[in-house]
Amino acid sequence: MRTIFATLAVLILAVLPVAAPWLQFVLTLAIAKGFAALGVAVLLRAGLISIGHAMFFAASAYGVAFLARAGIHDFGLLLILSVLAGALVGAVAGSFLVRYRAIFFAMLNLAVSMVFYALCAKLYSVTGGTDGMPVPVPAVFGIVFAEPVFKNVLFYLSLGLMVLVGVSVQRYLNSPLGHALSAVHTNEIRLEYLGIPVWAVLLIAYVISAALAGLGGAIAGFAIGRVVPDFAFWTASGHLVLIAVLGGIGGVPGAFIGALFLELLHSAAVTVTDSWNLIVGITLIVVIMFMPQGVYGLFARREVSSL
Amino acid sequence: MTRPILEAKGLHVAFNGVKAADDVSIAIHDGEFLAIIGPNGSGKTTLLNICTGYIRPRSGRVLLDGHDITRLSPRAIARRGVARAFQIPQLFSTQRVIDNMMLALAATDGLWSAVRPLESPARRDEAKALLDLVGLAGDADRISSTLPEGHRKLLDIAVALALKPRLLLLDEPTSGVSALERFPLMEALMSALRQRGITALFVEHDMDVVARYASRVLVWNAGNIMAQGRPDEVFSNAQVRQRVVGVA
Ligand SMILES: Nc1ncnc2c1ncn2[C@@H]1O[C@H](COP(=O)(O)OP(=O)(O)O)[C@@H](O)[C@H]1O
Ligand SMILES: [Mg+2]
Repeated sequence: MRTIFATLAVLILAVLPVAAPWLQFVLTLAIAKGFAALGVAVLLRAGLISIGHAMFFAASAYGVAFLARAGIHDFGLLLILSVLAGALVGAVAGSFLVRYRAIFFAMLNLAVSMVFYALCAKLYSVTGGTDGMPVPVPAVFGIVFAEPVFKNVLFYLSLGLMVLVGVSVQRYLNSPLGHALSAVHTNEIRLEYLGIPVWAVLLIAYVISAALAGLGGAIAGFAIGRVVPDFAFWTASGHLVLIAVLGGIGGVPGAFIGALFLELLHSAAVTVTDSWNLIVGITLIVVIMFMPQGVYGLFARREVSSL
Repeated sequence: MTRPILEAKGLHVAFNGVKAADDVSIAIHDGEFLAIIGPNGSGKTTLLNICTGYIRPRSGRVLLDGHDITRLSPRAIARRGVARAFQIPQLFSTQRVIDNMMLALAATDGLWSAVRPLESPARRDEAKALLDLVGLAGDADRISSTLPEGHRKLLDIAVALALKPRLLLLDEPTSGVSALERFPLMEALMSALRQRGITALFVEHDMDVVARYASRVLVWNAGNIMAQGRPDEVFSNAQVRQRVVGVA
């Protein structure tokens, strides 16, 4: 039943840009942010809120730009290497961040990402400062498309990746490591007494979440054609947390539903009003108060509670 | 006698000047079912905390098979085959009962898979068998926070058993368990321990349970061992009867 729903949703997404071409960019960006929000949602499982994941989003986007500058033009290679770069930054940052919990974890992620943002903005000779760096159109499987065609190809590749990566992350969450991750939230003492190293469970989750954010960043870089320090700004990180909460931390589809919802709301709102933040704020209040499971919770089967 | 599995030597612990262990030495031998009795606040749980690396004694040593484990973490000690059930159950309360069990099983034989699901038919069967042992077979798919307190204790014990320990430390296993379920639980537990060759130490308040099941009793009072021996010997000790068992 769920699989049918998901298949249907993906099919609808696939045909939408055919009907309304302007949607293609919005949807690509939504999927990109969905990946990053999924990264945030993975850590939310352990009860950890990162307000710094835009750093990994930006790290991979800059990764693409640097690699392209260094002469790599293959889309697949750029994507893989830049995601690895994001994961590597995640491994370095994570190895000391996973020792912290609650507000300390949230604030340290924020702090580290702000240092990263400042470096991107200030190192003009390396990163182009606030002008950012261009992300040229790459070759896909050896074919160099015209830019509009590439954007189309990018959208469908992103859609495919969304399904592939989504299924993989779901598998991870269902695995012993995924269950151990949720267990960090409920009882670290019991985990230790099971002989399970909490830090390793968290570090693996952190690297996975950084890689997901990186994947989103790389796709966003390709879609926009440029990467700027604002990719890493704290409001972008906050946006990702917002999407993760909006989507509900229950399931993998939530992150993408949340991202689509917000991006579509954004494009609808900016055409009629300039009070975008007001709309977002009210939406979030409504979601948190009335739909604690997030937007995804509307579709997910409710757990039979046995009180 | 054989070499002890677990040995504590000269333990000293104090909290804000209150002595929870004052030069305590104990030894547990293979196949024993050692009961620790004593008034509330006398330091029994603290002893388990020390033996599992949760707190460090101010002085003294803990040896497992003759190796010093005093400064090891609870995780490292767990991996050496020592499992613990807690006075206050330590569960993954938002997860299902069966998931609590399967994660414990996975901890010993397959935690590091990120692609295979936690739940496999074999693991589920193994978890079910242990739940059956403690009488929780019917609750497998409930969220563990919805269990009544007594059943949470049972689950906590089953989780400890799932680690396939050599040494099991039980902190008041029957407290919170209804009087009716108490003896069936102990019977099942004893047969499981015998079958699997598990040595156990248990803190217990129910003197009937102690008298019936313990192979040796250690009487704890104010951070000290007041008496020890076979249950019948200990219970006939006048001082113990007065101070601990509560009969004149
Ligand atoms: N972590 C701790 N910090 C401060 N005091 C503690 C701590 N743990 C135990 N105590 C104190 O040590 C004494 C022994 O406690 P405990 O070992 O729990 O006793 P028992 O299990 O025999 O009831 C009590 O007075 C208790 O208040
Ligand atoms: Mg106690």
